Amino acid sequence: MLPIREGFIVAGILFTLGVVGVLVRRNLLFVLMSIEIMLNAAGLAFVIAGTRWGQPDGQVMFLFILAMAAAEVSVGLGLVLELYHQFKTLDTDAISRMKG
Amino acid sequence: MLGLLWLVPAIPFAGALWLAVVGPRLRERAVAVIGTGSIAAATIVSLLIGAQFLSSPPASGAYTQTLWTWVGVGTFQPGIAFYLDALSLVMVVVVTFVSFLIHLYSTEFMHGDEGYSRFFAYMNLFVASMVTLLLADNLLLLYLGWEGVGLCSYLLIGFWYKDTVNGIAGQKAFIVTRAGDTAMAVGLYLLFHNLGTLRIQDLMQAAHDHWAVGSPLAVAAGLLLLGGAVGKSAQLPLQTWLPDAMAGPTPTSALIHAATMVTAGVYLIARTHVVYELAPAAQFAVAMVGILTLLMAGCSALTQWDIKRVLAYSTISQIGYMFLALGVGAWGAAIFHFMTHAFFKALLFLASGIVIEALHHEHNIFRMGGLRKELPVAFWTFLAGGCALAGLPLITAGFYSKDLILWSTANSPIGGALLWVGGLIGVLFTSLYTFRLIFLVFFGDVKTPVSHRPGMTMGGPVMVLAALAIIGGFVKGSFETLMTTALPPFHEAGLGVSELVSSTVAGVAFALGLVVAWYIWVLHPALADQAVEFSGGRLLHRFWFSDWGMDWLYDRLLVRPLVWAATINKNDVIDSIYDGIAAVTTTFYRAASLTETGKLRWHAAWIAGGTVVTLAIVMLL
Amino acid sequence: MTLLLLILILLIGGVLAWAAARRSASAARWIALIAVLADFFITLNLWISKPAAGAGRWITEADWAWIPQIGVRFHLAVDGLSLLLLLLTFFLGVLSVLASWREITDAVGFFHLNLLWILAGIAGVFLAVDLFLFYFAWELMLVPMYFLIAIWGHEDRIYAAVKFFIFTQLSGLLMLIAILALFFVHHGATGVYTFEYEELLNTPMAPGAAMWMMLGFFIAFAVKLPVIVLHTWLPDAHTEAPTAGSVVLAGLLLKTGAYGMLRFVLPLFPDAAHAFAPVAMALGVAGILYGAFCAFGQTDLKRLVAYTSVSHLGFVLLGIFTWNSLALQGAVVTMICHGISTGALFIIAGAIQHRLHTREMGQMGGLWAVVPRLSGAALFFALASLGLPGLGDFVGEFLVLLGAYKQSILLSVLATVGVLFATFYALKLVQRAFQGQNTFNWSVPDLAPHEGLVMAVMIVALLWLGLYPRPVLTTFEPVVAQLEQLPAGR
Repeated sequence: MLPIREGFIVAGILFTLGVVGVLVRRNLLFVLMSIEIMLNAAGLAFVIAGTRWGQPDGQVMFLFILAMAAAEVSVGLGLVLELYHQFKTLDTDAISRMKG
Repeated sequence: MLGLLWLVPAIPFAGALWLAVVGPRLRERAVAVIGTGSIAAATIVSLLIGAQFLSSPPASGAYTQTLWTWVGVGTFQPGIAFYLDALSLVMVVVVTFVSFLIHLYSTEFMHGDEGYSRFFAYMNLFVASMVTLLLADNLLLLYLGWEGVGLCSYLLIGFWYKDTVNGIAGQKAFIVTRAGDTAMAVGLYLLFHNLGTLRIQDLMQAAHDHWAVGSPLAVAAGLLLLGGAVGKSAQLPLQTWLPDAMAGPTPTSALIHAATMVTAGVYLIARTHVVYELAPAAQFAVAMVGILTLLMAGCSALTQWDIKRVLAYSTISQIGYMFLALGVGAWGAAIFHFMTHAFFKALLFLASGIVIEALHHEHNIFRMGGLRKELPVAFWTFLAGGCALAGLPLITAGFYSKDLILWSTANSPIGGALLWVGGLIGVLFTSLYTFRLIFLVFFGDVKTPVSHRPGMTMGGPVMVLAALAIIGGFVKGSFETLMTTALPPFHEAGLGVSELVSSTVAGVAFALGLVVAWYIWVLHPALADQAVEFSGGRLLHRFWFSDWGMDWLYDRLLVRPLVWAATINKNDVIDSIYDGIAAVTTTFYRAASLTETGKLRWHAAWIAGGTVVTLAIVMLL
Repeated sequence: MTLLLLILILLIGGVLAWAAARRSASAARWIALIAVLADFFITLNLWISKPAAGAGRWITEADWAWIPQIGVRFHLAVDGLSLLLLLLTFFLGVLSVLASWREITDAVGFFHLNLLWILAGIAGVFLAVDLFLFYFAWELMLVPMYFLIAIWGHEDRIYAAVKFFIFTQLSGLLMLIAILALFFVHHGATGVYTFEYEELLNTPMAPGAAMWMMLGFFIAFAVKLPVIVLHTWLPDAHTEAPTAGSVVLAGLLLKTGAYGMLRFVLPLFPDAAHAFAPVAMALGVAGILYGAFCAFGQTDLKRLVAYTSVSHLGFVLLGIFTWNSLALQGAVVTMICHGISTGALFIIAGAIQHRLHTREMGQMGGLWAVVPRLSGAALFFALASLGLPGLGDFVGEFLVLLGAYKQSILLSVLATVGVLFATFYALKLVQRAFQGQNTFNWSVPDLAPHEGLVMAVMIVALLWLGLYPRPVLTTFEPVVAQLEQLPAGR
């Protein structure tokens, strides 16, 4: 039996780390990594919640998240490659064509 | 024969149409034949109708001809219909006949003008409209003719359109007269809604039946119609357009701005005399307008240097006499003066046209002089017209008509001593400015050489008119009898001044004016200049010269503010509401788009921050 | 069936013209001309052979189910009012095709597609007696008009087109809301879902609701009419549109607003409209005076003419809400004559712009000596516009004023002053453009024969309406009688 409270705190810290990573890193690769961290934090929260109720659902959800993360990374890396081709940089602040 | 009545307006109208469509391609002679021929035909028809009417008058004293129903909504059924009685007959015969003479004169006067056919088209259209006005059986058709003559007046004043001044003068004439017409239109609404018809005869009958003497509605109706009349007849306070109207060709001035159109107001009031009899206040207003106008215009005429402007002010003044006559209930006298005035004033204008053309379009009377020997035809005819205008006793037509008005004024319950004396002073002024004109133009030294002498087509009509200006007054007796079939007779009351006394006093006033004019402008030519030397005289001169400052007043009070406001408002102040809405929207959109930095981290921070805030709100509340 | 044909000829003719333009531009013009002419003669025939009135409200009608689930029918019908306006539509339609003959050289096929579809939309508006169908037609005329201005217009065409679109679209939405509200109110009262005009006529409703719905319709029509305050799209749209666009806008599109007032606002909500009438009349008079005042201040020929529309349509609004037979007849005559006289002035303005490449009156002057026939025509229509008796506009305006006098002496007098104001701008136009010196030494050709023909036809029409307006008045008479019988009719 995992300790729920501490487990959630760990998940929260991981998620916050991920968010902070997205916000402070300018390199797109690190942004993607940070997103992975956030996804895993969410997955951890699912697993912990699943053990709390003694149900397998939490772990099933984690599998889904893994699959989704894999897909996301593949698309994300594809975009990163294309962006690098276009802009010769991975600095997110430099890529600001969406300015209103 | 009376059934041919519709031809009188129709022939000139057809002539106008013909000239308007094919005129520019015709040679001058063909245009002259069409233009003058149509008026000659109309004159012949009207003379035939007149003969028929006089020899075997219709039983009711009037003949009505309905062509078709014009509008027709519910009870509002004005028709294109003509009404002939003694009043309209006299007016139509005089108008067509004088028009014919003036058209004939114009064929030579306008020779070589590039707008030759346009001129005759407008003139024919004018005659058609004028005759429609006179013959109209209902006030709406009368209004059609009324506006039609106003239009032709506008077109002919601005006939030489290349000079902007002429165009502006035409505009002024149209707008000022239309200001009067606005009042008249309201008068028509009032009459229709209260009496239920616009047919003049029914209207008069209904007014007589439904309105008591002095009823407010009758007074209102009388004053509103008077508004239209003062506009068209250039009476106070709307007289300012007529002097400027002299910008038009001289035959136009003779026909429209002297003989016919400007007397339409007199005709309107005479036609609707029942309303005025029911509204003594309105009738008194007519008399006041007349007396004030005739005096003020007489003063102004005395100071003008432009020969046509002198005559224009004289026209205003003479129509003032007609209004005075209407105001004191001497309906027949007003129409009689209309007739003699049509003869002698048309004559004066045509003769002055000969002078002007002879002197290279010189209008300034101080640069004329000594033309007595150079242009004998012009001199003798002008003298005849001038004597008629000033009222040379016993032998001129003007004397008889004006004398009748003065005598009526003295003996009318509405008139009285004050109005009579005013009228007599008017005679003095008339005589003064008329002989000033004659002495300055035809006596003294030759100042500008004569370059052109008139042919028979110009001289002939002038001589015919001169004859009429002399003998036209001898029909006074039978004229009065004829008029009583259409207009109420004059009711004698009041002072009891006999005709002899009245005539003698008027004759004295005439002679006094003649003598003074002789003294000032022939014997002591420097005297007039000396009078203007000292400041009071100069001020008075300027004041009279500028028509008592009324033009200036209207310009400052009405014209300039309106033009200024319209120019300021060119971009439509109301649109700024929508521009404002658009501006506010744009501001918001710019503010909102500032947050769209395009930076990924910035958007992520907003998403994260927003989530935190939302969660916090959900958890804390 | 004839009525459907009227619309179909235009829709199909438009497509054909578009298709034909790939081969030759003049084929497109001829197809468009024939299509509109065909419609004109069909309508004229309908008018002349009009069966004796008394067989009910409509002269003829055509009715099919369209969306039966919600009670929408494809129902077309004509009475005197719509017949007159249809005649005007096709008359001006023919003239605007002729007026664009030389002027339009780009995308000729698409131009005629748009022009014919606008006419189809307008015909639909005048014909539809199902509110859903009416709204459909109302929007149908909007889109091609937008294209007409935005593609073939002058300098500021995009601004003008967008402004036009926003104004009419927004107000159209208000009308849609009002239509739906009426639809549900009717269902609430009777349990029947229907958009049928005649069934909606006597819907019982609360006074407050009626007022709101009436205002929804009123504002939509007021924008089109245009009523003062909502008028500012008009000068821009009229000025920037190509000649045919201006003619259709001034001559027809504005009339749909007036038509809507007569067909829907008064009969559907008689009590609310009656309560609102003083305000509407005052707005009409304000429009007369303000429109004339603004027109006087303009220096752009087309803009001046555009503002005169605001003034003249003020008479129409005044006449409609005066609500007696004199004023109603006057309003309809004014609608028709304004269509002709203002349409003609726009054609003249277009002809001048085509020759001089300017609309600025300061750049003109002395044109009479250069183009006498065109100047004479311009003088004629300027006189019609200032309400000269003997020409059509006078009959309409006089009847309106005469009728209005009965309701309000003050408003009638003020509106009469508006007629005086009309003199100012009409004479200013003539003076600035055609009289004076030819300072800029213009030397341009006078009216071509086909232009002369257009002018002559319009001159004859105005003279006819001015001297013998009986046919128009009698055609409209039954409708007036119905309007006067409305519960609150006065």
